[in-house]
Amino acid sequence: MPLTGKIAGALIIAISILALFSPILTSHEPEKIDLDGIKQPPGLEHPFGTDNKGRDIFSRVLYGGRISISIAIIAALISMSIGMLIGLCAGYFGGTVDTLVMAIVDLILAFPSLLLAIGVSIIFPPGIYTVMLAIAFVGWASFARLVRSQTLTLKDAAYIEAARAIGCSRARILFVHLMPQCLPIGLVMAGIKLGGYVLTEASLSFLGLGAQPPMPTWGSMISMNRAYIASEPWMVLFPGLAIAVTSLCFNMLGDGLRDKYGLKI
Amino acid sequence: MVGERAQPEVIEKIRKELGSDKDIFSQYAGYVKLLLTGEMGRSYYTNRKVLDDILMKFPNTIKLAFGAMFIAVPIGLFLGFLAAYKRDTSADRIISSLSILGLSLPVFWSGLLIMLFLSFKLKLFPPSGTGDIRFLILPALTLSLPAIATLVRVTRTSVIEIADMPFINTAQAKGLSVFRINSVHILRNVLIPLVTVIGLDFASYLNGAVLTETIFGWDGIGRFTMDGIMKRDYPVIMGCIIIGTVVFVLLNLLVDILYHYLDPRVRLYASDR
Repeated sequence: MPLTGKIAGALIIAISILALFSPILTSHEPEKIDLDGIKQPPGLEHPFGTDNKGRDIFSRVLYGGRISISIAIIAALISMSIGMLIGLCAGYFGGTVDTLVMAIVDLILAFPSLLLAIGVSIIFPPGIYTVMLAIAFVGWASFARLVRSQTLTLKDAAYIEAARAIGCSRARILFVHLMPQCLPIGLVMAGIKLGGYVLTEASLSFLGLGAQPPMPTWGSMISMNRAYIASEPWMVLFPGLAIAVTSLCFNMLGDGLRDKYGLKI
Repeated sequence: MVGERAQPEVIEKIRKELGSDKDIFSQYAGYVKLLLTGEMGRSYYTNRKVLDDILMKFPNTIKLAFGAMFIAVPIGLFLGFLAAYKRDTSADRIISSLSILGLSLPVFWSGLLIMLFLSFKLKLFPPSGTGDIRFLILPALTLSLPAIATLVRVTRTSVIEIADMPFINTAQAKGLSVFRINSVHILRNVLIPLVTVIGLDFASYLNGAVLTETIFGWDGIGRFTMDGIMKRDYPVIMGCIIIGTVVFVLLNLLVDILYHYLDPRVRLYASDR
């Protein structure tokens, strides 16, 4: 992997540690309202300043990181699992199953992704599970397509034929012999997609469709504080910087993975 | 809609008016029937026809999308060619890193930063509103950032791919100028991936426009969708999502048809051998 990919990977670990240990690293409660200390500029007491209710932005950004990063990763894992299962079946069984599945995949990929995610998330009550569901609903299709093509090239391999000859069941061939071969490419794809999922999560919570207040998320912090952009820019600057840096690191890691495994996506 | 202390009878009456007292299947059937007659229902709040509002606001979104394309295409192509031409030099590395950065910025944040610097600090443009070109520049600039990033990446990869082909060697051997090779031989061949990207981007402006238009108060489909979401105004949300999807799919189709004219090897009909 190129150097940038490695640096990005290290930065992601660092960001995750910051988010994971946010209770130790912050001296302020993220949801504590302090009306005596509203709109304070960044300083020693509040490294990123405070918002219009006197909440410490630094701790809100760290706690928000927990939500954003875990939603992105869990959504990627859900998309990968669903996409792999469906892709394996489509590729292995072929015929009608394949035609049907690929039609649905094309349909989902033809939709504008953010619009589709918005559409899914307004059906359910807003919250972190809805966001995961919305991202996964849009996300599984590209995994299914990739895993299907991988399965198509593998299913005629000699070892699969041998497995069939000694009487392995279909389920065993699918999950014991084929799935492990598709797992690496699925994980690489998940790595490539993560940067985009961080942005989608941020956009949804900016639109008020993500985790609900008082839970801090990066998107909702920008949305709630955007009226203060001219007078107190730090309220918007730092949450956005967190989104940009996290998504940038994931994208660079994804690029590194793509180059290393020669994937064309 | 009726406030928190409404009488139960009033709530019941409104539910009956909107048809939300029926079960979900007959509601869905009712909506499909409405769509088939070319209607999208009325907004819960303004009681205006959703389709009329969409048709009124759509030109603004198109204007914004064209504005963004007008900024993105020349810059993206130029930087992409430059990066490919100076492959593996520091210029290439800088351009490539910037393009990853462009893909990673959330538009609702970069838009606010652009507003902060160009509007509040330098006072060049009005921060928000709908109107002439001065109002258009900031949202178009915001929308164009991710578009430039995608264009740079695609241009760079395809130019590098084409430049390694034998016919470019031939062109060089014939002694054609660098400009002629780039503008005639290479550009003609990278057009196909580029048209795909530009077409899809144009469609995704309608996506990104939900966020950008909201920030800049641009009176288009995007902001209309956002307002609908905020107020849970379902006819508006459904209408916007349907229109957005239809436009997206139509643009995809248009791109596919354009392929044939750009590359006659691509067949339009199965029988067209």
